[in-house]
Amino acid sequence: MKRTTFNQRALAYLLIAPQMAVTIVFFLWPTGQAIVQSFQQEDAFGLHTNWVGFANYQALFADPSYIQSLEVTVIFTVAVTFSSLIVALLLALAVDRTVKAGPTYTTLLVWPYAVAPAVVGVLWWFLFNPTIGPLPYVLGQMGYNWDHSLHGQDAMILVVIAAAWPQVSYNFLFFVAGLQSIPASLREAAAIDGAGPVKRFFTITLPLLSPTTFFLMVVNLVYAMFNTFPVIHATTQGGPAGSTDILVFKVYEDGFVGLNLGSSAAQSVVLLVIVIALTAVQFGWVERRVQY
Amino acid sequence: MVENRPVLNFLAHLVLIIGVAIVAFPIYVAFIASTHGPTDFLSGLIPMTPGHNIWHTYGTMLTDGMKSSGMPPLSLQMGNSLIMALTIAIGKIAISIISAYAIVYFKFPGRGIAFWLIFITLMMPVEVRILPTYKVVAELGMLNTYAGLTIPLIASATATFLFRQVFLTIPDELMEAARIDGAGPLKFFWDILLPMSRNNIAALFVILFIYGWNQYLWPLIVTTDTSHYTIVMGIKRMADVTDAQPQWNYIMATAILAMLPPVLVVIFMQKLFVKGLIETEK
Amino acid sequence: MAAITLEAVGKTYTGGVTAVHSIDLDIADGEFLVLVGPSGCGKSTLLRMVAGLETITSGSVTIAGRKVNEVEPADRDIAMVFQNYALYPHMTVRQNLAYGLKNRKMAKAEIDRRVDEAAKILEIGAFLDRKPRALSGGQRQRVAMGRAIVREPAAFLFDEPLSNLDAKLRVQMRGEIKQLQSRLGTTSIYVTHDQLEAMTLAHRLVVLNGGAIEQVGTPIEVYRKPASTFVAAFIGSPAMNLVQAQVEGSTARLGSAVLPLPEGVTPGPKVTIGMRPESVKPVAPGTEGALILKTAYVEELGAHRLVHGQVEGQNFVCALDPEGEVGDTLTLMPEPGAVHAFSAETGKRLG
Repeated sequence: MKRTTFNQRALAYLLIAPQMAVTIVFFLWPTGQAIVQSFQQEDAFGLHTNWVGFANYQALFADPSYIQSLEVTVIFTVAVTFSSLIVALLLALAVDRTVKAGPTYTTLLVWPYAVAPAVVGVLWWFLFNPTIGPLPYVLGQMGYNWDHSLHGQDAMILVVIAAAWPQVSYNFLFFVAGLQSIPASLREAAAIDGAGPVKRFFTITLPLLSPTTFFLMVVNLVYAMFNTFPVIHATTQGGPAGSTDILVFKVYEDGFVGLNLGSSAAQSVVLLVIVIALTAVQFGWVERRVQY
Repeated sequence: MVENRPVLNFLAHLVLIIGVAIVAFPIYVAFIASTHGPTDFLSGLIPMTPGHNIWHTYGTMLTDGMKSSGMPPLSLQMGNSLIMALTIAIGKIAISIISAYAIVYFKFPGRGIAFWLIFITLMMPVEVRILPTYKVVAELGMLNTYAGLTIPLIASATATFLFRQVFLTIPDELMEAARIDGAGPLKFFWDILLPMSRNNIAALFVILFIYGWNQYLWPLIVTTDTSHYTIVMGIKRMADVTDAQPQWNYIMATAILAMLPPVLVVIFMQKLFVKGLIETEK
Repeated sequence: MAAITLEAVGKTYTGGVTAVHSIDLDIADGEFLVLVGPSGCGKSTLLRMVAGLETITSGSVTIAGRKVNEVEPADRDIAMVFQNYALYPHMTVRQNLAYGLKNRKMAKAEIDRRVDEAAKILEIGAFLDRKPRALSGGQRQRVAMGRAIVREPAAFLFDEPLSNLDAKLRVQMRGEIKQLQSRLGTTSIYVTHDQLEAMTLAHRLVVLNGGAIEQVGTPIEVYRKPASTFVAAFIGSPAMNLVQAQVEGSTARLGSAVLPLPEGVTPGPKVTIGMRPESVKPVAPGTEGALILKTAYVEELGAHRLVHGQVEGQNFVCALDPEGEVGDTLTLMPEPGAVHAFSAETGKRLG
């Protein structure tokens, strides 16, 4: 807030009203509904709703398919986060070394971020198509029989690649910015102190890049957990046998397709708790960064 | 550059060229596939060189769509995507900038509460509250309307915080000088604040346009009427149609057209795009 | 043009912190009044209350006979020059100058006339079509003043307008502001923390400390008869030496030194003695009752030299002619009438 402020209150309320209206109607109210419904159960005909306490949660954590979904989500999230981070860092370091060609490479590397995750899913779905896709053909030549509609592991690799691909661009941009913000004098000082390029990377660059890396890790975790629904939906649909059934896909399936309101609501609340935790971590980091 | 090591430099270029190739490979294959006729895929492997069917494929898709599966022409779907992307981008910017203005430049009871209400929406991605939000939209009679497609996505804590940040970095004295110069709150907003935020608005617009264009889950559940299909969700409906084999040439043509507008935006407005990306994450 | 009257003006923030205590001031039509004091003394708050940018929590402000407590800043007929200039960065210099006039629905011909006239006075005609970003600090400062001039207001309010300039430019702009004000004859209130600026610009200056007035007077009055140790230390550079001494009859004793006290000093066991560095002169060693300065280091300033050291364990500075060598000790005597006495308890001037 400013030192001096306008005091036209009616105008202030008018200015903030649209945002408040949308927030309350489409964010807070539905979220409240989800929380309430997670403690309720509808009878078979949808005529009565009863309070059931934590029964929905108990049922959820007793359900092997939900436990599997949790495990799948962890593997998927970690795989997407780390693969996209490592590839992006490698590319950013390479760009940082090239002097003239840097901007050209950057342009050629950032555009995948603009491709819709659903489209990315369809593209990789096509490339990995077991009958006509070029990648299974190459793998077949090497003796590997690729079929993501049968093998859970193949399906997981497919969705991880598809989900990580656009995210590499995003991470790349932030790493490049992070590398550029490290003063050249530090690396020069290290070089004068006798550190070679590899040693310099591990003792100077990487530690100074750690705020960026940590920030990107949180952002990527959030992305992999919550924004990858289109990738799954456009490709494996959670299959085969639930091997790519991540939480956000399951909550959609159980709610929209299965129409199991209580369970879906309980799943929403679990997801909500996860987002809140991740947001708290992210903001804790921002606070600390402000201290610098 | 501390020192010049030819081997390292060569390695850097190698890594980058491989990276660019990996990034470009799926698009290349998709484009090639879209230039072939449907029968070219029966041989067993995707052709790697362009075919001769390009005009026919794109022409058919843009004007007729896939009638056999009830898929409307892509021109219509792209039009819907454009409407959605523009409405979301402009709408988000408009309501965020005025609410940030109220929060930064006005003092009123409930200001703190309003700020926190906006803040906690950060923690409520649409995926988490999908079913109850759908019900609200259904009860408001907004299914299969452009309003239903866009308004629920229009509130944005990120954009509000961005503008709040921008306004906070504008010196207090500017507003004081404007007041002494006889500008009221609306005049100050219009004459001073808006022009000063031009670059931020443009950067945000680029990001939000991409965000809006690429929406998938939301259009998937609120549109059942083909006249409101957007291209990004339409592609999936098309791939689902399992009359024997998906028609890959048509699907890939759709994929190319679906990614073209946002990719062009990023390439031609790269500076604004990068600025927007970095600012919205602050 | 107008007189400004402050009656018991005070500012207490909602948290209960009082920034300004009941201030009374009469500013005559055409007067150049400077509010001076260290940061946090309430000078800016006071100015901003006159401008209408801060609410007045007690007392009243009158401009040209009209009480303005509840009047919008735009309607108080004042113009303000800010420390950071507050130029609208997206407007050209001309648009910056014209903005306030346009908002008042002034005729275009009149706006052009005033802008051109102000541009001529300030010699900024050459860059009327540039954006502030393309100007140097000094040029921006002129534009900020131009924005005030074109309004032809009842009063100018200056809030540390020279603080963002480098030292050389500051001296130059100081002179220009002084000339401009006497030429236009517009009542002006000027806030600064720089005592030199205050001394050189003011018709009258107001020394503020902790939200209250320490002293009001012409620069020379304040310099010659500081009302308190605070004013004594604040006005004048290098600052007045303040040393603790014992009262013995009508003299003060400081070790072997005996200094005459001004008349009317009520005897007490202790007193604070003030002597300006430029008003003590070297005398022959061994002179009775003289101050013995143990020198620590010397600063050569060209026109004179500053000798820093201690008298009876208390810090002391004197300004001497830059001739000869400076020994380990100096024997000094204050010029007649150059000894100020202050209460050791309250710091108020005695006599």
